[in-house]
Amino acid sequence: MDTVMINDSQRKKMHPHKFTLWVGLGSIIMMFAGLTSAYIVKRDQPSWIAVDMPLTFWYSTAVILLSSLTVHTARAAFKERNMLKYRRLISVTVFLGLLFIVLQYVGFNQLWNSGLRMNGSGGVQFLYIIFGLHGLHVLGGIIALLVMFINAYSRRSRSYNMVPVEVASTYWHFVDILWIYLFVFFLVIK
Amino acid sequence: MSNEAILQKPADAVVTHGDHREGNGHSEHHHKETFISKYVFSMDHKMIAKQFLITGIIWAIIGGLFSVLFRLQLGYPNDSFPILETLLGKWAKGGKIQPEFYYALVTMHGTVLVFFVLTAGLSGTFANFLIPLQIGARDMASPFMNMLSYWFFWAASVVMISSLFVETGPASGGWTSYPPLSALGGASEGSKTGMDLWLISMALFVVSSLLGGLNYISTILNMRTKGMSMTRVPLTIWALFFTAVLGVLSFPVLLSGFILLLFDRHGGTSFYLSDIYLASTQQALPNEGGSAILYQHLFWFLGHPEVYIILLPAMGMVSEIMSVNSRKPIFGYMAMIGSLFAITILAFLVWAHHMFVSGLNPFLGSVFVLLTLLIAVPSAIKVFNWLTTLWRGNIRFTPAMLFSIGFVSLFISGGLTGIFLGNSTLDIHLHDTYFVVAHFHIVMGVASFFGLFAGVYHWFPKMYGRYLNNTMAYLHFWVTLIGAYLIFWPMHYEGLAGMPRRYMDFSQWVSFNQFGDLNRFISIVSIIVFAVQLLFVFNFFYSIFKGRRVTTSNPWDSNTLEWTTPIRPGHGNWPGEIPEVHRWPYDYGKDGREFIPQTEPVGAQETAH
Ligand code: HEM
Ligand SMILES: [Cu+2]
Repeated sequence: MDTVMINDSQRKKMHPHKFTLWVGLGSIIMMFAGLTSAYIVKRDQPSWIAVDMPLTFWYSTAVILLSSLTVHTARAAFKERNMLKYRRLISVTVFLGLLFIVLQYVGFNQLWNSGLRMNGSGGVQFLYIIFGLHGLHVLGGIIALLVMFINAYSRRSRSYNMVPVEVASTYWHFVDILWIYLFVFFLVIK
Repeated sequence: MSNEAILQKPADAVVTHGDHREGNGHSEHHHKETFISKYVFSMDHKMIAKQFLITGIIWAIIGGLFSVLFRLQLGYPNDSFPILETLLGKWAKGGKIQPEFYYALVTMHGTVLVFFVLTAGLSGTFANFLIPLQIGARDMASPFMNMLSYWFFWAASVVMISSLFVETGPASGGWTSYPPLSALGGASEGSKTGMDLWLISMALFVVSSLLGGLNYISTILNMRTKGMSMTRVPLTIWALFFTAVLGVLSFPVLLSGFILLLFDRHGGTSFYLSDIYLASTQQALPNEGGSAILYQHLFWFLGHPEVYIILLPAMGMVSEIMSVNSRKPIFGYMAMIGSLFAITILAFLVWAHHMFVSGLNPFLGSVFVLLTLLIAVPSAIKVFNWLTTLWRGNIRFTPAMLFSIGFVSLFISGGLTGIFLGNSTLDIHLHDTYFVVAHFHIVMGVASFFGLFAGVYHWFPKMYGRYLNNTMAYLHFWVTLIGAYLIFWPMHYEGLAGMPRRYMDFSQWVSFNQFGDLNRFISIVSIIVFAVQLLFVFNFFYSIFKGRRVTTSNPWDSNTLEWTTPIRPGHGNWPGEIPEVHRWPYDYGKDGREFIPQTEPVGAQETAH
């Protein structure tokens, strides 16, 4: 929609859109910091029930780690203007992102079917909400990647503007790192 | 550091970095403006600012009207007003305000004034209006996100308004929405649909503030014109910057709290609920292990920064207006920035002073006492600097200046009572009494409104190319200042006597019915003060169309960049190139000169600030 053009003297500085993204990430971090600290406070209350994560979440961890790798190489390919490779890698990343969501869903199902529902006040209720919100952020990333994917095909591809690619890939790495944090958090703090 | 932002471009244009000097004739890049793109879905920061302002004014009238209604009840608990039944129907059966409705009024008054008026209406207006103009940018870093920010606010407004019309009435658990009242539909009428709409509206509101805040921060840090270093930006910009930082880091935590609350309401979880017997259904609830204090932590982690989100923009504008109208440099520019910074940091570390009597561990409480009282230091620095700026100034008593001086007076009065409340031992007595009501209305409510008014009177000529009427402005100022003190000062005594807040009728309560006359007096003054605000609203809209025209581009002889634009600037702000900045904004009365605009190079003999 809107684009900011910058002259030479500003090129050394970060692009405002990239900068906005970083501040936005700070905001998302605060949201999850709020939720995980609520978890820690809540842990001391009576009738707390700890939750064990099913194996599926280990698989989804592997998938999202892999997708970080593919988005990283996609960015490198774009930089080299190797558009064919870029398109392929973006498609793979989108696929891995969707796979991640599916795996999360499977993990939720396993917990749910083992009788862990929303009523109660233990770890699993937090897990549903926190992982669910994380999943929404991943979905946002998938949409961003899809937009770039479509752009990469429909444009007459004279556009070598790095900014959107970098914004999307930074965001993707972020949701990956956020997942690692949440995963380790739920592993360690019971 | 300079930038030439091209505001609109054809959808498939190629972005090329580098040579874009032709950007100065930028208007030819514009597509045709239609009514819709100019006034409704505008991406011009100045128009968005006006949208925030006018929406804020409408909300202020509604929110103010709520307070008139409940003051009527507090002042005349034994009388009935048949007209109320005609207007409000079942909410005022027999001409008397019903209890559920009283609580709904108080809740909506708080929510509307805190969030919709003094957050969106204040920051939304002046961050949008002043940031690009004062730092020398054509628009925000992302005009599109900026537009979204307004429309999310608009959506939040629509949802909140609609909650007034549902069968069971709007939310009524207080602006803080503590569970269990807010978590259990059966707890009260207002805990039903009204509460859901409240939460949805607030979630939309949070999104709006985040979109706005992100934009403000990256615009201030990335889009300043050539020469505009961070030590040359006006204090308004610094204040708006810290405001945005506070919002971006604390609103998401509030959102987390709301999400958990929503699950407690509808998902069957027990984050906040435990051991509850519901009188309306005569049932003990199964919820076990929840903690209502957890909600308080999450709420006040935003709630306290929020009060500074409301106050800081006012502080920034007051600093700027005071320097301009004292014809003197602001005293202690760096100390002003430093104290804003200190307040921002401390704002994140004191939230539990709202929870001293919630069962919080007293040892933890004493840490929060210390941190809370520390805020007095940066606050005192600011007051000192304002007073020394006034000292021996060539003061021009414009309406904006009067409101700025009034702001300082109110900030001192209300800040001092904060020191009482910050002591956890005293707070055992004072918590939830009218003393707290007096404290926060003076220091936050009225003071920030004064900042808002000062800003409107000062920048109205830039917004609309006309002046507000001065006679009405002076009347507005004096009645509001005196009225505000008459309303809130006596509440300190009521509070010290132990009179609790959130009760609708003290007439049968022997300890407090001695205050019957005083309450009536307060109610009468409130109505007068409210009427004078309507005069301001009239002045505002009348002057947009009929006010005296501005004929010079710099009516206040000010140094800052917004006054180097044409009287009615177009989208893009400067028709030519963006001016370069050579000095700080506070060179007033320097070397025998009245004022030296920021665009003027430092002379050979001159010492730069
Ligand atoms: C020296 C400075 C200040 C101190 C030590 C202080 C301390 C306190 C304390 C301890 C309370 C809790 C009282 C209670 O509920 O029992 C309180 C309430 C409050 N303060 Fe302050 N305050 C200060 C300045 C401010 C400022 C500058 C603002 C706003 C701009 C503000 C806004 C509020 C509000 C809105 C509440 C009441 C919230 C509610 O319960 O509804 N305070 N203050
Ligand atoms: Cu506070």
